[in-house]
Amino acid sequence: MAQAAQAMPRTRAKGPSVGQIISRILFYLLVVFILIYTIFPFYWAVVTSFKRGGDLFLTPVQYFPDPVSLESYDYVFTNGDFLRALLNSTIVSLVTVLLALAIGSLAAYALGRLPFRGKNVVLYTTLAMTTFPAIAILPALFQMVRATNLYNTLTALIFTYLTFTLPFTVWVLTNFFKTLPAELEEASLVDGATPFQTFYLVLLPLAAPGLVTTGLLAFIAAWSEFLFALTFTQDYHARTVQVAIAQFSGNTGYELPWGNIMAASVLVTVPLIVLVLIFQRRIIAGLTAGAVKG
Amino acid sequence: MSVQQETTSTAVQPARRTAAPRSEWAKARERLGWILITPTIVVIMVVAFYPLIRVLYLSLTNARLGSINAPRFLGFANYAITFRDPTFLTALNHTIVFTVLTVALETVFGLGIALIIHSNFRGRGAVRAAMLIPWAIPTVVSSRMWAFMFNDVFGVINDLLFTRLHLLSHKVAWIANPATALPAVIAVDVWKTTPFMALLLLAGLQVIPGDIYEAATVDGASKLQQFWTMTLPLLRPALMVALIFRTMDAFRVFDMPFVIKGTAPETITLGIYARQQLVDFQKLGQGSAISVIIFLFIVVFVVIYTWLLRSEEA
Repeated sequence: MAQAAQAMPRTRAKGPSVGQIISRILFYLLVVFILIYTIFPFYWAVVTSFKRGGDLFLTPVQYFPDPVSLESYDYVFTNGDFLRALLNSTIVSLVTVLLALAIGSLAAYALGRLPFRGKNVVLYTTLAMTTFPAIAILPALFQMVRATNLYNTLTALIFTYLTFTLPFTVWVLTNFFKTLPAELEEASLVDGATPFQTFYLVLLPLAAPGLVTTGLLAFIAAWSEFLFALTFTQDYHARTVQVAIAQFSGNTGYELPWGNIMAASVLVTVPLIVLVLIFQRRIIAGLTAGAVKG
Repeated sequence: MSVQQETTSTAVQPARRTAAPRSEWAKARERLGWILITPTIVVIMVVAFYPLIRVLYLSLTNARLGSINAPRFLGFANYAITFRDPTFLTALNHTIVFTVLTVALETVFGLGIALIIHSNFRGRGAVRAAMLIPWAIPTVVSSRMWAFMFNDVFGVINDLLFTRLHLLSHKVAWIANPATALPAVIAVDVWKTTPFMALLLLAGLQVIPGDIYEAATVDGASKLQQFWTMTLPLLRPALMVALIFRTMDAFRVFDMPFVIKGTAPETITLGIYARQQLVDFQKLGQGSAISVIIFLFIVVFVVIYTWLLRSEEA
């Protein structure tokens, strides 16, 4: 693959030979194959969500819904439990992300810009936390949630979601603050600002793009979380969309209502895909920020 | 406005270890630093460190959920029980197979895709954007999507492989069949994470300067030689970091096999087993012991990887 990949730019000078044309065709076939492999499963979810209930069980399988039907979406949009789950997920994800950004941006500014002893210990502990396995603390969190009467509440999810949103936010924003030029603080100092004013009035507005990207990534993580949501909730009061989709079942046993499941799945996924595609450049930069330096 | 204008000249000097008196500004900055990280430290203590210590303690007791009796100290009895439980050994086996296969396949395919995207071709931006889609789809949704695709009668995979391409002699019940259930779960994870791996490795490829390849070509090195002797060694740091993160992630796998098959013995992993003891059987002590075991495995991985990375750099 490396050969085909790097042969490409060199074909310009001379006219392409037969071998080069063949290798180019093979290369594009490979690209098309990768694209189909990557996108087809989601295409399939969308197609399934637009089929009539009976058409799902046709053999051979229909590769395009005929006719296009909205009955699955009708079901999902009139399903009170699912709509409540959508609301729960939105509240939990938004609040936990805002909390993580509010608390985390303070720490990130300190770790990225301010000199103080013990900084590296805090920084590397935070990095270690971003890879912390949630299952390792699940028993204690479960006990804490029950002891504080927070079982089956949104509050329980908001707080426990900080275990992964906060360290991530701190780590990414710290790297972001480090890239801002030092002259800004010096200028602000000349103007007689206190260090906190410097942070609040000068650096924070400049960090807005970093805050948006970090917030978006943390939002995706919170929106998609499953283990805590499954363990700390019991019914519609606090159930999130992921748990609702995982537990979707028909009222009459045998085959699952795949059309409804896929309609719900598409609904909770399309906003994420749209956001990710809009912010793709920044997301790739944000995700690889800590990872490629070695 | 506590900062005096005349301190400006000393304050902006970064070197503070000199004999010069530290300015008000520098002191204020150090004080502010501690104030600003305090909320983060407090939250992390409460939602992560305390629970971790508590899990270590609980794993040594016979604590049960909803029990009014005070937990009794058992020493390592929970660990002894766990290591003798056949379900634990099954779950451990699945977790290791899952981790080794997904990480290996994702790394190889991810590297291949990264090399392809790294070359210049029309539509490169679109392919790179498409790579983000499987990553953006929540794991629960991916699992459900694939579970339907794997359906024995109405699934698109059997339709493609059996009905249309005739590659199979009969329709396979991919998820119900014990022999194919774990491979099916692995296939879903490979689909979801390979593109992400590709993007991480692509970032690593992009920092390798292009002119070394021109020099190598002039010297008559083949593309394959260039890949083995230049690309791969230079990519090693990015590769190692990606491997560390992926291994830790894979080893704690819970969502995907749980959504596809619940606690079924064919696909039970350590994560599922731990939660089963904790929630289904209310065994807080034993669930904690399994959590600690998962945690220790992950710590060992990290130590081995960083040791490998260090010894290579030395």
